[in-house]
Amino acid sequence: MIKINQFCFCSISYVVHSCNLKYQNMKNTQNSLPPPSLPEQEGRVVQQSIDQWMSAEGPLLPILHHIQDHLGYIPPASIELIAHQLNLSRAEVHGVVTYYPHFRREKPALRQIVVCQAEACQARGARELTRTIESRTGCRLGQHSPDGQWCLESVYCLGLCASGPAVAINGCLHARVDHDRLNELLSPGDLA
Amino acid sequence: MDMPFLSPHDTDLGTPEKISDQQVSLHIDGHPVTVPRGTSLMRAAALTGLSIPKLCATDTLEPFGSCRLCLVEIEGRKGFPASCTTPAEEGMVVRTQSTQLAQLRRGVMELYISDHPLDCLTCASNGDCELQDMAGAVGLREVRYPSIEHHHLTAQKDDSNPYFVYDPSKCIVCNRCVRACEEIQGTFALTLSGRGFSSRVSPGESQPFMASECVSCGACVDACPTATLVEKSILEAGQPEYSVVTTCAYCGVGCGFKADMKGTEVVRMTPWKGGKANEGHACVKGRFAWGYATHKDRILTPMIRKHITDPWQVVSWEEAIQYAASEFRRIQGTYGRDAVGGITSSRCTNEETYLAQKMVRAAFGNNNVDTCARVCHSPTGYGLGMTYGTSAGTQTFKSVEHSDVILIIGANPTDAHPVFGSRLKKRLREGARLIIIDPRRIDLVQGPHFKADYLLQLRPGTNVAIINAIAHVIVTEGLVASDFVNTRCDMESFQAWKAFVVQPHNSPEAMEPVTGVPATQVREAARLYATGGNAAIYYGLGVTEHAQGSTMVIGIANLAMVTGNIGKEGVGVNPLRGQNNVQGSCDMGSFPHEYPGYRHVSDDATRHSFESAWGLPLRKEPGLRIPNMFEAALDGSFRGLYCQGEDIVQSDPNTQHVIAALSSLECLVVQDIFLNETAKYAHVFLPGSSFLEKDGTFTNAERRISRVRKVMPPKGGMSDWEVTVALSNALGYPMHYSHPSEIMDEIARLTPTFSGVSYDLLDRLGSVQWPCDDQNPEGTPLMHVGSFVRGLGQFMITQYVPTDEKVTPKFPLLLTTGRILSQYNVGAQTRRTANMAFHSEDRLDIHPHDAEDRGILDGDWVGVSSRSGNTVLRAHVSERMSPGVVYTTFHFPESGSNVITTDNSDWATNCPEYKVTAVQVTRVRQMSDWQKYHQQFDEMQQHLLRPGPEQMTPS
Repeated sequence: MIKINQFCFCSISYVVHSCNLKYQNMKNTQNSLPPPSLPEQEGRVVQQSIDQWMSAEGPLLPILHHIQDHLGYIPPASIELIAHQLNLSRAEVHGVVTYYPHFRREKPALRQIVVCQAEACQARGARELTRTIESRTGCRLGQHSPDGQWCLESVYCLGLCASGPAVAINGCLHARVDHDRLNELLSPGDLA
Repeated sequence: MDMPFLSPHDTDLGTPEKISDQQVSLHIDGHPVTVPRGTSLMRAAALTGLSIPKLCATDTLEPFGSCRLCLVEIEGRKGFPASCTTPAEEGMVVRTQSTQLAQLRRGVMELYISDHPLDCLTCASNGDCELQDMAGAVGLREVRYPSIEHHHLTAQKDDSNPYFVYDPSKCIVCNRCVRACEEIQGTFALTLSGRGFSSRVSPGESQPFMASECVSCGACVDACPTATLVEKSILEAGQPEYSVVTTCAYCGVGCGFKADMKGTEVVRMTPWKGGKANEGHACVKGRFAWGYATHKDRILTPMIRKHITDPWQVVSWEEAIQYAASEFRRIQGTYGRDAVGGITSSRCTNEETYLAQKMVRAAFGNNNVDTCARVCHSPTGYGLGMTYGTSAGTQTFKSVEHSDVILIIGANPTDAHPVFGSRLKKRLREGARLIIIDPRRIDLVQGPHFKADYLLQLRPGTNVAIINAIAHVIVTEGLVASDFVNTRCDMESFQAWKAFVVQPHNSPEAMEPVTGVPATQVREAARLYATGGNAAIYYGLGVTEHAQGSTMVIGIANLAMVTGNIGKEGVGVNPLRGQNNVQGSCDMGSFPHEYPGYRHVSDDATRHSFESAWGLPLRKEPGLRIPNMFEAALDGSFRGLYCQGEDIVQSDPNTQHVIAALSSLECLVVQDIFLNETAKYAHVFLPGSSFLEKDGTFTNAERRISRVRKVMPPKGGMSDWEVTVALSNALGYPMHYSHPSEIMDEIARLTPTFSGVSYDLLDRLGSVQWPCDDQNPEGTPLMHVGSFVRGLGQFMITQYVPTDEKVTPKFPLLLTTGRILSQYNVGAQTRRTANMAFHSEDRLDIHPHDAEDRGILDGDWVGVSSRSGNTVLRAHVSERMSPGVVYTTFHFPESGSNVITTDNSDWATNCPEYKVTAVQVTRVRQMSDWQKYHQQFDEMQQHLLRPGPEQMTPS
């Protein structure tokens, strides 16, 4: 699929570098921000993220990470706020957010399970593990469970190839996840 | 004489031109090639006539290297580099065709086509599809990959934009549209969403185009190599047969366009790459909003009536012309020679304007001729004429590419001059600094990848105060370009001016209470302008349409001289002119005191040259200006008016005063393509012709004279110039022209600055910037190099005098007016296009504080009253203005924006003070009295237009 990956990198690096360069020149014009339609608490986190990273080189990715680390996702209403303050267009921020599967655009479920689907983990039973998790949680890979408690996502390598199969639950890594270990992990209340 | 028909398909050299002192020589497929260093292999090959297959490359965009179709082999190098991103080097030996290359290209093509519908025969781009061409070029014969569920063949079309369709199923993700939106237009409305196979072009946040920041400039549609982005007009009509190069009839940028034709029907307008004003770019108006030209509201038959309350009577051209001529002669017989006059149009061609003023001076026998520049840039003519010696901007648009500091005063280029706005934004992205002086936060204050360094958000009406404060800082802080001033300027005038500006009352601190702009910001901005390198000033009607409009233009001219920012690339004083040919209409002698080329009517030598050419004695006293005509009409001494292509009722200030004046006329002849507001008060209506229906020339804001070419016969039977000729003949002053080129030849004979201009020259060069004479046979892109046209630059003192239009408890807010991107001027054209989807009514922008004080919510109906009148608009609560300032546009007649504006005007030129009116704003429930009158009168006039049975045939 030659036609795809290359230019995504090009456009992203353009965004990341140029927004930083441009930012150095700006002063003295008071911003009147577009009214953010974010809930107050989310808006505060987004603004904190922007304030913390705005003067860094290539601030967009750290800001997005910071937001997701604190809110679990990138609220769609934050795109305009970020774009405006970084002197980017909404489309540019949207392009970066959608490029990385890591960035969620919807509020995640209470428990987010990420199962490695890469070769080493597959060799250690990741496919079976995935099916088991699907049947235990009622949640198909890439979806939310009907009760909204779970979401199940795939990832290609968590860096635990020597001790697969590996999963991450709410950001916490777990290796050698066999049947018993899975039972422990999925037990109610254990949110690691 | 005319340019031959062109193919609708432009040659595409693949990558943009590179300029270099050094040349490199290489061999491509055995052919020796020499190109400037930095030129891509793809372009070098194209220049020798070899075409390398390509999809993501086009010569309007920087190379991207993603499609992998343009691979080549280079001797001594491994692999297959992309020819678009590989620069030509000395001694290279390049092969563009080989068995291996053919296999690679076919493989790539096969992947593309595996996710592309095979509906070529019924596709809108059939015959104009680069993907189809490339499939043919690489010899694709089969696609081995089956369609799978991830494919996009069933993706939904987005037809939200009124002018083009986005069909993602046909997208090959070449990124050309995204890059065009970024590099050319500078809006950054598009991106690629997702990654890998799922990536797709996404407007905004994967929204419909109309919900994104898209400004509908059409750059993405031009860039698209497939039918993914395609004009709805092409979907409907099919591919064009041929193209004719012409010039846009909207704003003063004067973009070159190709009218893509099928027979005598326009199927598309595409920006012409050879157009030097636009270099292949366009805006929503010129690119798409041309449907008005064939709109059903066009009036195609001459009409006459005795009184404005009578039904219109459809008559033959001959009868209408005879009637108009006999009325003018009757009025002159009764009230005297000076009782009639004419108004020329900034929409018409140079040739037509020249003829209109000639008819007034020769056939009417007076100098009662004026033009709509009276109400826009007359102060520019005065101010730049007095200080520099020419009444026009100093640079080309391209000059902005060399600017380091850009100062924008009272202009909104991204809305009113969008194509120049894009060129300016490109320079800002390259790092130029920006200062804006404007009461509003215009879009150039901040946007993707640019932000103004300083926004001096002054109170309306205090321009001169701020320009004096800037000059004060430059002089008192020792930032004067002494070498330039000493050698290029009149020192006596400089000393007097210097003594004036250093006075403490001109300091930023002293002026702060007047302008409302913090003194520190003024000081910093002044230092940046004076010391930041090449500094260019661009200004618009926010400068001229004031009681001190001419003073401000002079202040700007002083500022450029004192900092040495004149006479080279990247600097200068650049008025952004409003209408397509407002520069030309002024050049052509439309003012009551000036012959073509800005020569006073009292100048004996000039007058004698016209007398001998026109064969009769001419008057040496200046005639009436438009406001004087109105006054004279009301006092009974002015009884007849010939008004060509201008809607004075809607566009001139104090509408009720204008209406009273026109209602008192005995004969108003209106020549227009529509029954405009002025025509509703007319006694003779002569059908005008659109820019598609006549030959001629327009002159843009950079003094560039460009050809307008006839692509269809005049719908009413006569081009505008033919109508003037007929009227003049009927008045007893015969004119003999068989083609507009002969009119231009006469202009060239009689006007030194145009002496070298001819249609042959324009066909050869594409366009030419005046002065064009023996010394400058190919025109003058840059003015005042080495010395000013008047010799030494003249400094003039610019004392700030507050306008009489002051806020009072009764009228506590200041109203300022302007225009927006999708509508144009009085809207007669754009209101009759799908541009209504973008902006369908004039609104009153009001600051949240002022709105809250008055209990006004967004969307409420509000009454706006001034000492002239009142009207009702819907409110738009916005922080673009400071508190105390409200803003509206004047694109819709029913808005009555000019019912509110006053007859205050510039002291030197009578240019109206549209930009400052003291008003009160209140919530209301019904239309204003004027609007009720307007509605009734409009209904009556529409009724009088409908032919009764007895009027169907011309009598």
